[in-house]
Amino acid sequence: MEPVVEVRGLVNRFGRQVVHDGLDMEVNADEVFGIVGGSGSGKSVLLRTILGLQRPAAGTVRIHGSDITQLSEEQLRPIKARYGVAFQSGALYTGLTVLENVQLPMIEHLKLPPGALEGLALLKIRLVGLPADAAAKYPAQLSGGMVKRAAVARALALDPELLFLDEPTSGLDPVSAAAFDDLVVYLQQHLKLTIVMITHDLDSIFRTCNRVGVIVDKRMISGTLDRIIDDPNPWIQAYFHGERARARLGAAHGA
Amino acid sequence: MSATLTRTEAVEVRRTAEGLELELTGEWSVRALAPIEAALESIDVASAARIRIAAEGITALDLSGAWALSAFVRRARRAGAEVDFRGTPPDQLRLVDATLTEPAAAGEAELPAGRLAPTPPGDRALVAIGRYVVRSSQDLITGLAFFGRSCTTFVAGLARPWRLRPISIVRHVYDTGITAMPIVALIAFLISVILAYLSAQQLRGLGADIYVVDLVTIGVLRELGVLLTSIIVAGRSGSSFAAELGSMKLNEEVDALTATGADPIELLVVPRVLGLAIALPLLTVIADLIGLTGGALLCRYLLDMPLTQYVNRVNESISATTFWVGIIKAPVFALLIAFAGCYRGMQVRGSARELGHLVTVAVVQAIFLVILADALFAVLFMRMKI
Repeated sequence: MEPVVEVRGLVNRFGRQVVHDGLDMEVNADEVFGIVGGSGSGKSVLLRTILGLQRPAAGTVRIHGSDITQLSEEQLRPIKARYGVAFQSGALYTGLTVLENVQLPMIEHLKLPPGALEGLALLKIRLVGLPADAAAKYPAQLSGGMVKRAAVARALALDPELLFLDEPTSGLDPVSAAAFDDLVVYLQQHLKLTIVMITHDLDSIFRTCNRVGVIVDKRMISGTLDRIIDDPNPWIQAYFHGERARARLGAAHGA
Repeated sequence: MSATLTRTEAVEVRRTAEGLELELTGEWSVRALAPIEAALESIDVASAARIRIAAEGITALDLSGAWALSAFVRRARRAGAEVDFRGTPPDQLRLVDATLTEPAAAGEAELPAGRLAPTPPGDRALVAIGRYVVRSSQDLITGLAFFGRSCTTFVAGLARPWRLRPISIVRHVYDTGITAMPIVALIAFLISVILAYLSAQQLRGLGADIYVVDLVTIGVLRELGVLLTSIIVAGRSGSSFAAELGSMKLNEEVDALTATGADPIELLVVPRVLGLAIALPLLTVIADLIGLTGGALLCRYLLDMPLTQYVNRVNESISATTFWVGIIKAPVFALLIAFAGCYRGMQVRGSARELGHLVTVAVVQAIFLVILADALFAVLFMRMKI
């Protein structure tokens, strides 16, 4: 089966600084793929490239088989309607209520009667575990965890097959973060989503990800979690076997 | 025994002995939702005692499609029909139903108190006026408080001048003054040319050409130079102050300053006010200079007046106070512009829309205050017989 997202030989540079140099990445259908990397390793640049917000210097980015680096804005529209993105800080439109935030992608892409717009938006809001009265609130009135959930509700507005999450658990307390991980798993299983998730959170990785891609030395090393943990690369060793990771690993392996 | 009633791409409705039978087909996805909604809407559920749905024919069902189906089932049940599925209902339908009936639903029943008791229309206008008055007076009080706080911070800073952030002030003099020079000079030039041209047209008929010089000189030095410069600066720097401070508020930078024990008024507001109070008089001098030059050029080429005559006439027409009457207003206008910009910027709280609104308010109020102050100055100077 062809991968949902396929990045080949990606090169990104800013002036003289090379961020990615021949990066390959593959995300298969129905999996949760975690992107891991040090600060400044280019995780966000990679996501921006995949979303078409940034033109790469070289390489191809295929989503559902079509190379988005070659497409015009007009040709990209149907592809964009098939994925949803939840940005790191939520990026909710501050002038709109949560309900209107969720409705906006539907209004942009579909012609639906107002009743259906409202019903569908409420369904998505409830699906991500927000109470119904959150719908009428403005982003400034929400807590950090609720903003992240509202961002996911907006990302799900068009029933995408593919969902991008940028550091969804950053800034959440461990309980909220765990609840968010459960939400990711719940959504993946029930909606048959393919999820690409940038994260720093080891707990999140262990709870949710089927496969992990680590950006080291401007390339990506990817594989199942068990394989990646045993990878000899020093950064990966430090990441998965450092002070903070050991407790978690012990728990996961029953040691 | 069944007869097909309607048939669309998404649903085929048949009437059977007991009621209706719905055969669902095709793609039930969010992209195809509008016709599906319409097709379900047109089914007359009231007349059927029993509705049987066959969903096996659906090729793709997403959450939105399932929602439409779920909404239809609920509508049919409310109308009294018995609804069941041939075979197992799709999983997505269960997910939708489970999501919608989760305990969070309790919140839905609550309406905001305001909506329950609508005010009669006659009172509504009164309420609106009352709200406006209260809000405006509160706005005035907080504005004065802001002004007062800034002044005390400034006075406290005088005792310890290094706390007045000289480097920051210099930056604001550069941003609001030096970079505004080209546009201020251009506008001053054009306005003096217009003024000279207009008065030349009128006075020529009376043979009073020479008074064009008086008009341009006094007009530019006393009023137009400082007023137009202030209005340009209000548009440029008033908006930039409001937008800069406003986005710093949105980004919690102002909170971060307060949290580290720094005073945002001292750090952000006072340097801007002082910077503009230095820059605006200097810009006014430039505007005066260019304005007089513009007048000279027009007199030279339109009225064939030699340059020496123009300069002599300028000297005769101005009194000792003419230049100072104009320039003295500049720091006052600068304070008004800077305070309007900073105050509105610091008022930004939640949203990007608020930022846009308050930047607009800042510029409009800055220009209004400048013109109001100019009028008060005119009265004052008249009483003082200057």
